[in-house]
Amino acid sequence: MTAAKALDAAAAGASDHGRDAAARTAGVRSDAARPTAGRTAARAGKPARKPVRAQLPHPGRLPLAALAPWALPAALVAFWQIAAHAGWLSSRILPEPWQVLTAFWSLAESGELWGHLRTSLWRAALGFGIGAGLGLLLGLLNGSSRRAETLLDTTLQMVRNIPALALIPLVILWFGIDETAKLFLLAVGVFFPVYLNTFHGIRSADQGLIEMARSYGLSGWALHRDVILPAALPAILVGVRFSLGLVWVLLIVAETISAQSGIGYMTMNAREFLQTDVVLVGILLYALLGKLADPAYR
Amino acid sequence: MLITHEETRQLDAAANAGRQGAGVHIHRLSKHYGERTVLDDIDLHIAPGEAVAVIGRSGCGKSTLLRLIAGLEQLDDGGLDVEAAADAGKNEGGTRLMFQEARLLPWKSVLDNVALGLKDGAGRARAALATVGLAERADEWPSVLSGGQRQRVALARALVHAPQLLLLDEPLGALDALTRIEMQRLIETLWLRQGFTAVLVTHDVQEALALADRVLVIDGGRIAHDVAVDLPRPRERGSAGFAALERQLLDCVLGAH
Repeated sequence: MTAAKALDAAAAGASDHGRDAAARTAGVRSDAARPTAGRTAARAGKPARKPVRAQLPHPGRLPLAALAPWALPAALVAFWQIAAHAGWLSSRILPEPWQVLTAFWSLAESGELWGHLRTSLWRAALGFGIGAGLGLLLGLLNGSSRRAETLLDTTLQMVRNIPALALIPLVILWFGIDETAKLFLLAVGVFFPVYLNTFHGIRSADQGLIEMARSYGLSGWALHRDVILPAALPAILVGVRFSLGLVWVLLIVAETISAQSGIGYMTMNAREFLQTDVVLVGILLYALLGKLADPAYR
Repeated sequence: MLITHEETRQLDAAANAGRQGAGVHIHRLSKHYGERTVLDDIDLHIAPGEAVAVIGRSGCGKSTLLRLIAGLEQLDDGGLDVEAAADAGKNEGGTRLMFQEARLLPWKSVLDNVALGLKDGAGRARAALATVGLAERADEWPSVLSGGQRQRVALARALVHAPQLLLLDEPLGALDALTRIEMQRLIETLWLRQGFTAVLVTHDVQEALALADRVLVIDGGRIAHDVAVDLPRPRERGSAGFAALERQLLDCVLGAH
């Protein structure tokens, strides 16, 4: 919760900064727009002060501020539509946005899209649940017990250096090409960020607080619940957030292993038939899902 | 400092059940860190209910002595015995330590911080907060309190256990002069009322004189001086006796090499 607060504060600071910069450029521009600005210094000073007043929070501008992050994507789509329409882009390379939208609509209407989406979401949730759950458990265990760390940590660090995707051939041999293989890949990939951050969070918990709690008679589960876990929580949440992003990356690859459904399957299948519009629908869905996972965490 | 006596009667009654504090007996105690000897052959007896201040230059081993009594460090040689008062059966009693920093848990409210380690201790924690004059801040977060208020919460957290031995490890070192005097009076009042044994480590000679029955000067890992303070309480800092003792102690600390 502390981490989320700090992030909010940082974001607020950043947007303040942005507003400052905007005000500054606005000030410069209003100066430059005056050809006679050089005439009196006092006059040039006046318009420069104006934007400073505009920095004050204005209730009417809030919805605009909420829409601002979407301005660039919207402009890109508009440019893309114009470019495709004017024939600068071949539809084999990049179909126009309208076509992508139509493809999305027909997929949604036939119900095909929702089936794929449901499968993918289910895989992501299950893979994330297993991987992050195990990461949390082992992170807690190794963070709290030196003996467990001695026994397990070296092994885990070695396994960590193997890219999860390099295991694909082996995973196919072990689990075949059905669900288990995909879930295994997701879980392995998600495991390490959560494990490492949990471990680190527990180890870097304030020793002074732990010493105090021990001298006040806390030990075992009570010590973990009241002191160690809350101290480690910000780090754990960083790991969870990182994993939530990672799970979609892994899902794309996992779903290309001879899947029968899922967004990845839909995309791969469309590629076979050169349906670039459907491919784009799949890619944009991943972008959207990844983006949606972010505020869900916050 | 204004303390509302009504609210604190309950807590005092609990403390008075074991009216006597614990005695501390240290015999030929030594402590080394690697090659360096921090405490060398210390003999010390603290009577039940006594307030003892330990002063000395920084790094002289006074904090280590306190941590040894608290059981946070292992002694290398000799014996250390904290003798509980005979009729302490009902109390949780025991030894409680106040650190240099307040060490409050930032994710718990002031009240929950005081009730740490207690079972169903909300009522007693409220009473303890009232004793230190912070009853109305019980539901706030520690982060909104000032440094002095945080140390008062830490004091309440120690007192709620009705300790027989209260160890204070320079708990007022980081406070401003006025808050410090206020805290010293508060600690003195509570010590007089609850009768626990107190060991205060400090580098402030005035603080030692304001609170203690006896001041120990540690130098080179040994107890160099053991000075009894026979001033009437409450002690006036401006009085001639106070000033004379202060000068004597400062000479002890500065002169000892």
